[in-house]
Amino acid sequence: MSARLETKYLSLNLRNPLMASAGPLTGRPDTLHALEEAGVAAVVLPSLFEEQIEHDDIEAHRLFMYQTESFAESLSHLPEVGAYPTGPDEYLARLSAAKKSLGIPVIASLNGCTTGGWVRYAKMMQEAGADALELNIYMVADDECEPGAAVEERYIDLVTAVRETVTLPLAVKIGCQFSSLPNFVQQLVHAGADGLVLFNRYLEPDIDLDKLEVLPSLHLSQRHELRLPLRWIAILRDQTRASLAATSGIHTAADVIKALLVGADAAMMTSALLQSGPGLARKVLHELRSWLDEREYESVDQLRGSMSRKNCPDPGAFERANYMRALTSYTAEYRAP
Amino acid sequence: MSLRQLVTVDGNEAAASIAYRLSEVIAIYPITPSSAMGESADSWAAGGQRNVFGTIPDVIEMQSEGGAAGAIHGALQAGALSTTFTASQGLLLMIPNMYKIAGELTPTVFHIAARTLATHALSIFGDHSDVMSCRATGWAMLASSSVQEAHDLALVAHAATLRGRVPFLHFFDGFRTSHEVNKIEMMGDDDLRAMIRPEDVAAHRGRALDPDQPRLRGSAQNPDVFFQAREAANPFYLAIPGLVQEAMDALSRLVGRQYRLFDYVGAPDAERVIVMMGSGAGAVEEAVEALTARGEKVGLVKVRLYRPFDAAALLAALPRTARHLAVLDRTKEPGAIGEPLYQDVITALFESGSTPLPRVIGGRYGLSSKEFTPAMAVRVFEELQADSPKKHFTLGIVDDVTHLSLRWDPEFTTEAADVTRAVFYGLGSDGTVGANKNTVKIIGENTPLHAQGYFVYDSKKAGSITVSHVRFSPRPIRSTYLITRANFVACHQFHFLERMDVLELAEPGATFLLNSPYGPAEVWDKLPREVQETIIAKKLRLFVVDALEVARAAGMGSRINTVMQSCFFAISSVLPREQAIEEIKQSIKKTYGKRGESVLRKNYAAVDASLDGLHEVTIPAGVTSSIHRLPAIASDGGNDFVKRVTAVLIAGKGDLLPVSAMPVDGTFPTGSAKVEKRSIAYEIPIWDPKICIDCALCSLVCPHAAIRMKPYVPGALAGAPEGFQSKEWRGKEFTDYRMTIQVAPDDCTGCGVCVDVCPARSKEAVKHKAINMEPKQPHLERERANFDFFLNISDPARTRMKLDTVKTTQMLEPLFEYSGACAGCGETPYLKLMSQLFGDRTIIANATGCSSIYGGNLPTTPWTVNADGRGPAWANSLFEDNAEFGLGMRLAVDQRREYAEALLRGLAGSVGDDLVRGLLESQQYDEDQVAGQRERVALLRKKLAGNDSHEARTLAGLADVLVRRSVWIIGGDGWAYDIGFGGLDHVLTTGRDVNILVLDTGVYSNTGGQASKATPRGAIAKFAALGKSARKKDLGMLAVSYGNVYVAQIALGANPSQTVKVFNDAESYPGPSLILAYSHCIAHGIDMSTSMSHQKDAVNSGFWPLFRYDPREAHGSAHAFHLDSRKPTKPFKEFAQQEGRFAMLSRSNPARADMLFALAQQDIDDRWHYYEQMAGVERDIADGRPGGAA
Repeated sequence: MSARLETKYLSLNLRNPLMASAGPLTGRPDTLHALEEAGVAAVVLPSLFEEQIEHDDIEAHRLFMYQTESFAESLSHLPEVGAYPTGPDEYLARLSAAKKSLGIPVIASLNGCTTGGWVRYAKMMQEAGADALELNIYMVADDECEPGAAVEERYIDLVTAVRETVTLPLAVKIGCQFSSLPNFVQQLVHAGADGLVLFNRYLEPDIDLDKLEVLPSLHLSQRHELRLPLRWIAILRDQTRASLAATSGIHTAADVIKALLVGADAAMMTSALLQSGPGLARKVLHELRSWLDEREYESVDQLRGSMSRKNCPDPGAFERANYMRALTSYTAEYRAP
Repeated sequence: MSLRQLVTVDGNEAAASIAYRLSEVIAIYPITPSSAMGESADSWAAGGQRNVFGTIPDVIEMQSEGGAAGAIHGALQAGALSTTFTASQGLLLMIPNMYKIAGELTPTVFHIAARTLATHALSIFGDHSDVMSCRATGWAMLASSSVQEAHDLALVAHAATLRGRVPFLHFFDGFRTSHEVNKIEMMGDDDLRAMIRPEDVAAHRGRALDPDQPRLRGSAQNPDVFFQAREAANPFYLAIPGLVQEAMDALSRLVGRQYRLFDYVGAPDAERVIVMMGSGAGAVEEAVEALTARGEKVGLVKVRLYRPFDAAALLAALPRTARHLAVLDRTKEPGAIGEPLYQDVITALFESGSTPLPRVIGGRYGLSSKEFTPAMAVRVFEELQADSPKKHFTLGIVDDVTHLSLRWDPEFTTEAADVTRAVFYGLGSDGTVGANKNTVKIIGENTPLHAQGYFVYDSKKAGSITVSHVRFSPRPIRSTYLITRANFVACHQFHFLERMDVLELAEPGATFLLNSPYGPAEVWDKLPREVQETIIAKKLRLFVVDALEVARAAGMGSRINTVMQSCFFAISSVLPREQAIEEIKQSIKKTYGKRGESVLRKNYAAVDASLDGLHEVTIPAGVTSSIHRLPAIASDGGNDFVKRVTAVLIAGKGDLLPVSAMPVDGTFPTGSAKVEKRSIAYEIPIWDPKICIDCALCSLVCPHAAIRMKPYVPGALAGAPEGFQSKEWRGKEFTDYRMTIQVAPDDCTGCGVCVDVCPARSKEAVKHKAINMEPKQPHLERERANFDFFLNISDPARTRMKLDTVKTTQMLEPLFEYSGACAGCGETPYLKLMSQLFGDRTIIANATGCSSIYGGNLPTTPWTVNADGRGPAWANSLFEDNAEFGLGMRLAVDQRREYAEALLRGLAGSVGDDLVRGLLESQQYDEDQVAGQRERVALLRKKLAGNDSHEARTLAGLADVLVRRSVWIIGGDGWAYDIGFGGLDHVLTTGRDVNILVLDTGVYSNTGGQASKATPRGAIAKFAALGKSARKKDLGMLAVSYGNVYVAQIALGANPSQTVKVFNDAESYPGPSLILAYSHCIAHGIDMSTSMSHQKDAVNSGFWPLFRYDPREAHGSAHAFHLDSRKPTKPFKEFAQQEGRFAMLSRSNPARADMLFALAQQDIDDRWHYYEQMAGVERDIADGRPGGAA
């Protein structure tokens, strides 16, 4: 009998641990469908960006208002166009449509910029039928007067506010740069997070040397990037009962397996699906199953966390020793001429 | 019975609402002030709104009003109910078709926002000169004098034309009625159906051309029968007055408003009566009410149906007691015994045979929307009482030349105490007018009060000042004139206090609301002395609010409209405060709801915060301020005309100028924009010479010539004001020179385009450039002194430079400066460049449009002169004829030159052969040669001075034309691609030496962004609200196909060097040249501050490829067509997302956007492929020297 792939993420029962994280493929009905067909267990829709929505609405308004009622011959400059989607209309419509057409759980993702916005849009997503909510929190702490604790406090306040508003399962997607991630994760869980998505990959600036301009750039993930979530999931798994999802660098079945081994409830994939198409999921799941079967695992449950820090034969490997080992191995390879 | 809504709309919407619902085909073309009727029809059709027959009218934009009339004529012949809207010159273009339509007894209604015809000057404002030009066309003419009437009589016209077959002009006064917002009862579809008899519609359809029942219409007739056939239609005209009255009666039964062919109001036993038509009747009616209340026997006849003129109905309307009549005409017919209505009334009275005949006098009033008030009407009644009144008079002006004008008492008023009269001064950009329109709507549609709004704009597109006149009254408001006694005044911009008398209209005890950065405690001392004096003298109540701060805090930027609106409601007590706030929010929701929740939230936040920031100021007992209001102009430069006329116009007191002050033929001196220091920028560019690389791009792109570059000898710095910046000149053109980049701080509009294009950045802080926008105020005094000094430094000699680079062109003095064009305008930099290169010997024919408005709208013109007094000579004829107009100039110049040359040859003996040869053979293709010719002409003059022969004196008068003249034909794409294309095409074929510059914005920019044939596929524009479906016309290639036309497509922001080359090439080409210049425009929905660098994207995407075709190279194996831009690298879609005109289609209709954008990409690919092939094509043009083969 083949190994059981079912897993639980947040409170959702997933048919396997492979999820498609927020990205272009989860933004279109045809690719969403293809992902489901290929076996993906759940999808996270692209984030609704409060800042973007507000910006778009205000800019469109400004566009129509600009230099109107200024000159007797041209009281306006653009025709009134028919109704166009404003605010979160379009996102919510996409969410409802996805929910209607898919059998797998659909997770909405939200990036707010004001507390009011987080709460308002979270509520709307719940009403639009999302199975769960992923809070994609992205704050660049750029003020020397703001201590780390205050930054953490902002996260906690947000999660608390959203938790008070919605009953949906709540995942929080964060970056890795916190002084004490385990402690911070506990705070998030106390504030109402049902799970963590580790880790967010941010838009990082690049510089155009000809124009001396900053260029925002986002590259697809590389496999080596998985190592960071692996370490932290291994560490967190033993300290929290919250769901943990690995994201960044999940490209193959092997990556999924590694994530499960350190304790992830689910593995989220985007870059590899973008590169190879939704059909890649089928291959990954097949290989996952084969790997489990070959090694006679009964289930993903059995596998999960079997190499968490606690369960790992060498817990230090996830800590400082990891660095030492790497250094040693490099120097060991070095041969003096 | 249908439910009728009380709505507040303007006259245009009131009329268009009827016309749209009763039409199947609507052909439109933009022209102020009627454009809004076409825009409404187009947007209703785009929104799927149906007419009363259940179909969506086919609304089609044509290439001109002539085209619209032709299309309507055809649609009528083929059986459709059809209409159009127009005004002024547009109506004139329809006249040929109007004769046909009437001659064929075809029912239709044209709705006209009556506007002044261009004579000595263009005017967009209202009078009856256009409709009066149609008297002979055979159309019935029905006049509305208010917004409600524009609605009601529009329906009467449609009903009567179908009944009687005679076509109708339904007209109302441009702006005063077309743009006045007033509360009216709007009729429902059932009302319209009740008024239109199905059998009349069926009869019209039955007359359609139909191959199943073939007929011929429009035959050619001969002397034998034409006359009889013309008389055959008489019974139809005889029937019309009766049919119109029937329709009016039917309307009265339906809605209770009774109209008659001639409506009389006033004393039943009136002895003195005014006869008139149009909006002025409102003012007269108020005067009549006031006078009859005093027991005076006066009255008013309002003419509704002017043609066919029913004399019997007029006589029936006049009280039998009427002994003295004054007929007022809002038009002028120079040379006539009297104006048309006057003559008609006289004829009607005379033909009636009744005795004794009343004494009749005639007056002209209100030309070009000149104010017409009850006080003026009272003066007419007084004149009627005189023993020997002026038989012909004018009203509203002071005529100190022919002394026709009547002086009136401006103190007379009919304004009632219970009417709220509020005047708001704002900037165009701060939303004041929009807020007031909203306020009028709130009051009009939510209270029993009547509401009226009328809005006055100045003639500038950047930094324009608006004045809103708003009335609320328990009775219908007929006051068709501006408020002169306001009980509420609001000044939405604090700095206006220094520039204008905003309290002039405040009546004693009025409330004054001021947007002030200073709080209630400190504001008093910041007010100019004159303002303090008025506040104390008139006992005004003063309230302040820092609206900008409130708006910014609410995320509204500088749009202070909702803040000021809330404050108005809070202190004006028109509505209870709570209710007012609620209504404002409701109105915001209604107006901006579709823009999204975040927009609403910000507006609501502004409303809520407004009242907290509103404070009443305790008025001190005495005047304390040492600040004084500024004079209208800083200096008249010793120019008498500027002092007598221009300064008065700038001060907003043009109404006070007497007839004698005005040029008799519309001719004005140039060089006046420089006296109008408007100082509208909040930020100006400040130069950092340490970083500057002398590239001159800032100067090149400046739309207002407000940042300039000048190289000079170091000695020129003697006496420079402290802080005058200077650096060493880096170019090879001069050695040991210094240079300065200088801003004109009071002329800059703060658009920021110069800073955007500046390529020089600090090595230490990259964001710091060689010029940077900084708040103006701290720099103002110093930069003023610097600019004055800069102007006085001698310009480098033109002869020392080869004017073929961006840098050298920018050393030349611009002869186009400080125009009132939009901040960041994409057109004006081209004109400025042309003026720098050739301005001192240029004649310009300028098509009507943006360029004629910022180029020639009073009070000032940006066209100017150099130190020698030379500069562009400029004229605007019309919209449609500009190519022909410019060609005529070239023909005249050539004729004059030919005559001069003939005279010169004849005088060779006395002048000297060498000089004659020099003068005749001079090439004049560079500045040296031009300068040499000027010297020769000066020498010639000297030699001729001693010769008293007729030939010598004639030659002396013509000699200047021996210096090469550069004829420029300038206009926008609406002219070149559409209305003027026939003429432009013809001019291209003449081979004559004219330079045609098309400022291609891809829309009718001046009238508010209607689509032209230059509008790109996929862009939304007015008249193309669903995105233009057709490809942009390739005017360049049409011209290239002639072979002997120099053609180039340029984009200054993308490739300035190519632009400079093209201007030089085109001008030097001795035949016709056509330059298509990419001109960004606010109608593109772009960030104007980065508009120039955005042109690079237009070129890189292939949206606007750059090319040149030079017939001089069309010989042998040379290639005459050059592609000056690289193969497109940017997808069109990416470019399109940067412009609102495309991006909004993506948002509102993504499927259509995808379809149109894909086609647009295909257009680009195809065109590039075509041009690439063209670049390899060899031509051998026989008349490579154009005109040669002719």
